[in-house]
Amino acid sequence: MLEIKNLTVEVGNRRVLKDISLTVPSGSTSVLFGPNGSGKSSLLNTIMGLSNYRVLEGQIIFDGEDITHMPVHERAKLGIGLMSQRPPNLVGVQLRDMLRVTSRGKRDPGKLAETLNMKRFLDRDVNVGFSGGEIKRSELLQLAAQNPCFYMLDEPESGVDLESIERVGTMIRDLLTGGVTCAGRRATEGKSALVITHTGQILDYIEADRGYVLCDGMMACSGNPRELLREIRNNGYEECVDCRLVKQK
Amino acid sequence: MRKRAEAALEKKAALGEDIDLSKFREGARDIPEVSSLEELPERTREAMLRASVVPSGEGREGSLVILDNSMVARSVASDAYELMDVRAAMQKHDWLKDYAWKLVQPDADKYTASTYLADAPGYFIRALPGQHVKMPIQTCLLVGSQNTAQTVHNIIIVEEGASLEVVTGCVSEGGVEEAIHMGISEFYVKKGGKLTFTMIHNWAEQIGVRPRTGVLVEDNASYINNYVILKKVRTVQTYPTAHLVGRNSVAQFNTVAVAQPGADLDLGSRAVLSGVGSRAEIISRSLTTGGRVVNRGSLVGKAADIKAHLECRGLILGDKGVNIAIPELEAHIPDVEMTHEASLGKIAKDQVEYIMSRGLTEDEAVGMIVRGFLEVGIRNIPEELKAEIDKTIAQAELAKG
Ligand SMILES: Nc1ncnc2c1ncn2[C@@H]1O[C@H](COP(=O)(O)OP(=O)(O)OP(=O)(O)O)[C@@H](O)[C@H]1O
Ligand SMILES: [Mg+2]
Repeated sequence: MLEIKNLTVEVGNRRVLKDISLTVPSGSTSVLFGPNGSGKSSLLNTIMGLSNYRVLEGQIIFDGEDITHMPVHERAKLGIGLMSQRPPNLVGVQLRDMLRVTSRGKRDPGKLAETLNMKRFLDRDVNVGFSGGEIKRSELLQLAAQNPCFYMLDEPESGVDLESIERVGTMIRDLLTGGVTCAGRRATEGKSALVITHTGQILDYIEADRGYVLCDGMMACSGNPRELLREIRNNGYEECVDCRLVKQK
Repeated sequence: MRKRAEAALEKKAALGEDIDLSKFREGARDIPEVSSLEELPERTREAMLRASVVPSGEGREGSLVILDNSMVARSVASDAYELMDVRAAMQKHDWLKDYAWKLVQPDADKYTASTYLADAPGYFIRALPGQHVKMPIQTCLLVGSQNTAQTVHNIIIVEEGASLEVVTGCVSEGGVEEAIHMGISEFYVKKGGKLTFTMIHNWAEQIGVRPRTGVLVEDNASYINNYVILKKVRTVQTYPTAHLVGRNSVAQFNTVAVAQPGADLDLGSRAVLSGVGSRAEIISRSLTTGGRVVNRGSLVGKAADIKAHLECRGLILGDKGVNIAIPELEAHIPDVEMTHEASLGKIAKDQVEYIMSRGLTEDEAVGMIVRGFLEVGIRNIPEELKAEIDKTIAQAELAKG
């Protein structure tokens, strides 16, 4: 589904991603770990095609097509969807309208909002004055309206209260699996995802197939996501960096 | 008075480019009146629709249409208010002379002088004491022929404790490329009264527009002014002034303007707060897609306990247009609270890309942001009008300049 080859990316005058490669196979979910500022969000934003992120080297291949320099909306049309960590305020644009245009009129914003207990936000301007958890839920609603086949979720659980996390987690699971639980069928029928998490809480809801650790813009490690999480919990990220250095030598 | 006006016929206005009035001939005064709006010719009705004036009169309490310098249609549905040509009103009410040319001076500039001397038509609307006129009254000021100088003189009186909404569409008929519209408006909102006045402009590429408006607001009365101009025009210069003479009187100005290529808009709103405890708010949202737009706002504080705020935001689309914000605060005593915010800029790229990441094209995303930006300017206006203005905004070609 998604293949990233030797990607080097600059923001402002700073290299935030250096020679990154990763693959997310069809129907599978990969998880991105890494300390603050390691470049996780930058990677998702680059895949989405946001213009602040200048690709200096490497390629992004989606469904066999090179999308490295494709405009943002065409990527969205191919089925890439992003839950952003810090989406901008849209003053004067109500969430209801955003959901309506995002679903191209196919979904009823009212019904959609009910699933995440967001009805009272429909008349609010998108993101304006939204709390951290509200932003996550609004982003998720928009993704549900958009119905992509490749989900990029930037810390979907962070800031979400204990009660809502159940709703958010369940909704993400439903969006990704479309109700399919069998692993074999999931590979062919389910959606693919690339998910950033610090706590790993979201892993209680979704099946993650592969994990990656980003450190200082470089891919430090990859492997079984639960094992990686355990390592990080126990030994912190230092270990990953060292580990990578060891491998390099 | 006449002499003063005659002496002012060449007097240039303080603001806006000078328009040579000799190029234009006086608007026709003898266009026959028809008995209902729907009997007006097709092209007239088509023009009305473009300025949110409903030819069927549906959803409107009453209607009055002026074409060039003639009143051509009028309908009155109730006796809660009076609605007629201002000249007829002057004949009917002797006392009206105490209201005419009191808030706008005939010799203010050549445009007021020309209108004074033209014995101009116009609408006279009076909400009777204590009456709450439910639906809006609509008026339409139409320019129907090339090179016309239209002059109108309007008077609205909201008597004590009454409330009234007026929607005015100012528009030129198809094929009228060059003309000038001069409109004098004098509004009186008496004790405890409320007037909401919404003006929608839809002119053509070579039309000059010079409205002159004064509003007097008494104790506990309020005045809301909404002005929407989204379509092509050559030049507009206007600076309506609300005189908040009453205790706890209120004025609010909302302006939504788009300067299309070739347009020169000089738009202002002023509130003079001389009543104790009076409040005023000026909100403007303007956008240039290639034209020039000046947003002026002036708040003058002359009484204790007043509160006034001015908020002016401008967007520049493309790289041709000019957007100028000139906010002014003026306090004559210490006990006032007066603030302003002004900002100008282009559309934020991160917002455009955010919407694009949901699958919309760049033009669609820009359109959405611009619509949202402008809509903030009309947030306070009555729902039924908002829907129509929303429609106008949606129809205006607001994508990239
Ligand atoms: N516009 C920018 N200008 C300069 N530096 C930037 C810009 N955007 C991002 N960066 C820097 O790039 C680095 C990577 O940022 P990124 O947001 O990708 O980190 P992250 O891994 O998502 O961190 P977190 O876990 O805190 O969300 C950070 O050091 C950040 O400060
Ligand atoms: Mg991040």
